[in-house]
Amino acid sequence: MISDPEPLVVVTANGLYCPPGDFHIDPWQPVQTAVITHGHGDHLRHGSTRYILARPGAGIARQRLGGDRDLAPVDYGTRVQLGTTTVSLHPAGHILGSAQVRIEHEGRVWVVSGDYKRQPDPTCALFEPVECDVFISEATFALPIYRWSDTPHVVEEIHRWWMANRERGIASALFCYALGKAQRVLAELRAFTDEPVYVHGAVDSLTGVYRRAGISMLPTLPVGTEKKTDFRGALILAPPSAAGTPWMRRFGDHATGFCSGWMRVRGDRRRRGYDRGFVISDHADWPALIETCRASRAKKILLTHGYSDALTRYLNERGVRASALQTSYGVED
Amino acid sequence: MRAFSELYEELDTTTSTNLKVAAMVRYFNTAAPADAAWAAYILSGRRLKRFIGPSLLRRWLVEVSELPEWLVDESYSTVGDLAETVALLMEDSLADATVVPDLPLATWIDDRLLPLREVDEQQQRAAIIEWWRTLPYRECFLLNKLLTGELRVGVSELLVTRALAEVLKLERNDVSRRIMGEWRPSAEFWEGLRSSEASTSDPSAPYPFFLASPLEADPATLGPTADWLAEWKWDGIRSELIRREGHCFIWSRGEDLVTERFPEVAEAAAKLPDGVVLDGELVAWRDGTIQPFADLQQRIGRKKLSPAILNSVPVRFLAYDLLEQDHVDIRALPLRERRARLEALIGAAPDVLGMSAAIAASTWEELAALRSESRSRAVEGLMLKALDSPYGTGRQRGSWWKWKIDPYSFDGVMLYAQPGHGRRSNLYTDYTFGVWSNGELVPVAKAYSGLSNVEIADLDRWIRSHTTEKFGPVRQVEQTQVFELAYEGIAASSRHKSGIALRFPRIMRRRTDKPASEADKLSDLQAVLEAHRGQLRQESDPTT
Repeated sequence: MISDPEPLVVVTANGLYCPPGDFHIDPWQPVQTAVITHGHGDHLRHGSTRYILARPGAGIARQRLGGDRDLAPVDYGTRVQLGTTTVSLHPAGHILGSAQVRIEHEGRVWVVSGDYKRQPDPTCALFEPVECDVFISEATFALPIYRWSDTPHVVEEIHRWWMANRERGIASALFCYALGKAQRVLAELRAFTDEPVYVHGAVDSLTGVYRRAGISMLPTLPVGTEKKTDFRGALILAPPSAAGTPWMRRFGDHATGFCSGWMRVRGDRRRRGYDRGFVISDHADWPALIETCRASRAKKILLTHGYSDALTRYLNERGVRASALQTSYGVED
Repeated sequence: MRAFSELYEELDTTTSTNLKVAAMVRYFNTAAPADAAWAAYILSGRRLKRFIGPSLLRRWLVEVSELPEWLVDESYSTVGDLAETVALLMEDSLADATVVPDLPLATWIDDRLLPLREVDEQQQRAAIIEWWRTLPYRECFLLNKLLTGELRVGVSELLVTRALAEVLKLERNDVSRRIMGEWRPSAEFWEGLRSSEASTSDPSAPYPFFLASPLEADPATLGPTADWLAEWKWDGIRSELIRREGHCFIWSRGEDLVTERFPEVAEAAAKLPDGVVLDGELVAWRDGTIQPFADLQQRIGRKKLSPAILNSVPVRFLAYDLLEQDHVDIRALPLRERRARLEALIGAAPDVLGMSAAIAASTWEELAALRSESRSRAVEGLMLKALDSPYGTGRQRGSWWKWKIDPYSFDGVMLYAQPGHGRRSNLYTDYTFGVWSNGELVPVAKAYSGLSNVEIADLDRWIRSHTTEKFGPVRQVEQTQVFELAYEGIAASSRHKSGIALRFPRIMRRRTDKPASEADKLSDLQAVLEAHRGQLRQESDPTT
């Protein structure tokens, strides 16, 4: 057995750590230098001293961390010296400002994908394949049952559902993650309508961040505190945490839908109790994971959260060295 | 089949009963008669016997998907449903350009599926793989459900009846009577349903069962005891006994014709006058006492009944109610009247037919005291029926209640977990629990109900992060989590390593307050088994 040279990224109690660069990636505890792949809560956490992140994601980070943090936004592709490593961020296509982290050290290159998808998304830059020696990939949906239809097709279904509910004289409450998914749906819906959409407070503030970043979306109206609004026939976007709460009562009779990759499986659709599931994910599906691992030309693949065991075994059986990496990232899809 | 698959999707994606009925009405109004007949057959919960076993389908899926076998299995265990797994994995091979012409539901079943029974495995395989490759996701899913005989639709028979009544412009009771029992779906059948003349129906056609609801409130809220009939809640098979046109038919609640399993009951029923329908309970009975349900299962489980079995498990039919007399449907009469007529009728019948006796008590306290003896009487509690109630359809709350006894319980340690099916797929919901025996935990119960969704999700996370070993879809977990489990009965069993079998175990709560070391011992359960046996012996011993 030839032993591998020193790894450029290891798992520590604080999260993924690059020893020669002395920085963490998406640490789950406060650290000195945090390189951030994207702004979801399980990747961007409070308390670190310095945050390095892709420039389009700065607005999101400011919104989530509060204004006085030391943010160091860098453009995609710009090389930054950290310790004895050269680090650059590359579009991951997950949400606005999401990035893969490329680390180069003494001729070796490691890439940490963060969360990513390969589908086009009008709210963020398209994933950029980056060649490397070791590729650390997410594996959230790493089973062949998970594959996504083209987004416009699914969004058309959402629009049809909305219109059918309107015909019945009821509101349509569509649950989707407040950061990323909601804005993506609002942007994609422009192909079908220019009507305003009501949004929950959590969606509202982040949609504002997206608008300031120049993303075109349907006009939105915050769901106000006054109870008089007539929501019949309206579309409301809210985070899944709002489902089943008293906040929903103001909408009167309404149908519920949920946008998530998990909606691909009928059991998940029925268990979560929404009337409709729409399969839209900001993660890579099975074919995209396989293709991305291949395109990285990496000699070794490390897999984080999700069905990492299945993808690990599949790649190994196909002669690609792969192993699972234990992290504590959640699955926010 | 496209229209039916769309109907299925509509029914599957709404929880509103009104929308479900509306969707069915739309379908029945536009479908060809033969398709409507098949749809009514499937929606009302009747099933086609399976065409192909799941293991064959799985094997063919491995062969055509070009995925490693373990990955197909991993996918299956995540999805929790083979029909869906096939549809999901085969979707990829669908070229967008292939638009297959749609065939009617009846054509699919009559001309494609039913002939599958006549051909060999190679031909079956070729046909099915071709269908997989050309059918869109929804239809592929539906096809697989039909193939495996597992198509279940999220509508109750009551809702289907509502929709059919609306389409056929008939009374609901009339509809449920016409679609009960066995029939072959065809255009003729549908036209027959539609024709307004009273059906010259099949003599075996049963009435829908009237079901009781669990009593959660204090029985005193039901008013005076004298307005109610109290009976033991017998632990047997709820059945309908029909005597018409010189024949006898016995239907079980699962809507199976079980006449041949109970020849002595059929023989005794031959002494009844013609044009009579009884509602009652088939129970195992010996020496004047009901016997455990497990005994009765031996009767149901066998294809052929040997004289030995007939001898070792004698049965009785305990009559609850009279639904038809002199060929007249008397379900609308008050229970008081129906019981009086029933008693007059049964009094003259042989002993195999008996009354489910009324329990005499003048106060709720007296009844409560009697109920507490249920266990030693080997019954499940009491039934309370309003004496002025008509015989309804399905589970309508208000006039019939089951007042069950509290179950037995024990504390067990979680040993294994595996993902559930359907709604619970992709989530660890099926658990195995053990109790202590010689310093080791031996499995005694599998349970998959009793926890809330939040508790299940919480436990799912715990299981994933505390797995000690994986066997396929089954995870062995750290032996630290204690649960209180309830069960209805206990029997000795040579098929279980622990030597005991628990009836209907389910989870009461997670005992986060208890360490595993304080869980129950096998000897505790054995003691319950002994006590249970002792009581039965005592009850059946005529000398005590």
